[in-house]
Amino acid sequence: MFAYVVRRVLATIPVMAVVALFVFSLLYIAPGDPAAVIAGDQATPADVERIRASLGLDRPYLVRFGAWLWDILRGDLGTSIFTNLPVSTMIAQRIEPTLSLMIVTLLLAVSVAVPMGVVAAWKQGTIVDRAVMAFAVLGFSVPVFVVGYLLAYFFALEWDLLPVQGYTPFARGFWPWLQNLILPAIALGTVYIALIARITRATMLEVLQQDYIRTAKAKGVGQRAILFLHALKNAAVPIVTVIGIGIALLIGGAVVTESVFAIPGLGRLTVDAILRRDYPVIQGVVLLFSFVYVLVNLVIDLLYTLFDPRIRY
Amino acid sequence: MSTTVLPPGVAAAAPMPDILPAVKPKTGFTGFLRRNPTIAIGGFLMLLMVFVAVFAPFLWTKDPTALAPALRTREPSAEWWFGTDMLGRDVYSRVLYGTRVSLTVGFSVAIFASLAGLTIGLISGFIRIADSIIMRVMDGMMSIPPILLAIALMALTRGSVGNVILAITIAEIPRVSRLVRGVVLSLREQPYVDAAVAAGTRTPVIILRHILPNTLAPLTVQATYICASAMITEAILSFIGAGTPPIIPSWGNIMAEGRALWQVKPYIVFFPAVFLSITVLAVNLLGDGLRDALDPRMAKRL
Repeated sequence: MFAYVVRRVLATIPVMAVVALFVFSLLYIAPGDPAAVIAGDQATPADVERIRASLGLDRPYLVRFGAWLWDILRGDLGTSIFTNLPVSTMIAQRIEPTLSLMIVTLLLAVSVAVPMGVVAAWKQGTIVDRAVMAFAVLGFSVPVFVVGYLLAYFFALEWDLLPVQGYTPFARGFWPWLQNLILPAIALGTVYIALIARITRATMLEVLQQDYIRTAKAKGVGQRAILFLHALKNAAVPIVTVIGIGIALLIGGAVVTESVFAIPGLGRLTVDAILRRDYPVIQGVVLLFSFVYVLVNLVIDLLYTLFDPRIRY
Repeated sequence: MSTTVLPPGVAAAAPMPDILPAVKPKTGFTGFLRRNPTIAIGGFLMLLMVFVAVFAPFLWTKDPTALAPALRTREPSAEWWFGTDMLGRDVYSRVLYGTRVSLTVGFSVAIFASLAGLTIGLISGFIRIADSIIMRVMDGMMSIPPILLAIALMALTRGSVGNVILAITIAEIPRVSRLVRGVVLSLREQPYVDAAVAAGTRTPVIILRHILPNTLAPLTVQATYICASAMITEAILSFIGAGTPPIIPSWGNIMAEGRALWQVKPYIVFFPAVFLSITVLAVNLLGDGLRDALDPRMAKRL
């Protein structure tokens, strides 16, 4: 077990190295010369050259990559070209709304999608099953901003039930915070719910055909206990795997959702950075999101033994 | 010979007809469509969208880029079916022309990503040394969420349809490569491949004749899903200002321009949104139908 954990953790190092190399190359080949920008319009070519040398921009590619990686490992993500603030500070300022949105969406999606998939599998072939599958196809097809605008139009503008846009920090109370996140979470969660519900249904269909389920039925175990205690436990591994992989959808969707609902999070930071071509910020956000994604999937991998004690390493 | 005595209340079985009424299996194209309603519906909607894209100039459209500041933000009416936007452009015409961008991006990305993924997957599945390196690179690329990867690539270049296609293709390649590699690795263990090796067939021939045809079914299904996700990604990129240039009417651009006014003039966002959703739905239905028809094993899994 311990050997497995060590091996699995070590296996993420090459993955993160590839990500880092890719993200670094992004800045390396980005158009525009930072030295020329810093030197200003009045600078002579000699001045620009001097600044370039002082920034270390004249060194070879791999040397620069090493220096950059060393900075990253010490928590220095560089400085924004536009605001002149450290990228890590800018990320820290924006991380709460995004983290809140993702956590609320994750909880909402899992608590809706898993029962949906279970019921669809139990009632296979009935109208309930068809409705769930139809929802799944629609959920994959209707893009997040479309769901977002529809929800905002009806629930906020027409019926005035929830705030249209914006974000309230958690520090100002639980309900004001949640109120602003309900619509974005549903919008962002739709595709995620579709994905999880589909996998849950497929896995449950397989598990429900096994002998021990028939035994449980035969000895008179209740339907609900069979589904949620006996069957779901054995279906857990694929479901949890998809929840982890689906985080990528959440991250991509968050960028859009934050634009639709005017949430000042990392997604907005990314969009603003693109419009201003603020490469260090883009780099920092991509790096952070990828790191979180790899980390979440690592943790899920390590937790498999909890869901399924038969798995031994 | 005695006659069979039936207990009371049981009627004698009706004599079997000589020939059972023939159940004629529906054959041909119509039969195929009837057995696969999702392909029929998805295909129909898809053809409709292709028709709209090709014949956009003849479907009572105006110049989609013509500005008319005096006619700004008109509500939908007989003159402007979908209303006009902030600059007085006809939303109906822009949405119809937008179909072209969406389909071009969707189809191109599906084709290019499949071809690249097929090549990489085949190489990876057959050449051991290349495999570990390629798969590490693919793992790394896959741990960057695809939309972010596309955004990062678009930040490097000017917005153009070609660059959007390239960026989304790169973001989609890792998944296709993994799929093809997986199929190749499982096919390599098949007895018929062993037989071909034993018969002295050269590796390129084995790949082309025995492996490649078997990857096509899952690859086709994957390609439709890539097409759907590419269309959504294109709309997202354009929506956040990192996609096609504003001069080209694409659904994402129309929505981005309608965003500022969406609380008072929701129709500007609404119409392209409906078109995008229907098109993506059509492709997804087509993909689900193809999966069920081409690969029953995969159909059971999902």
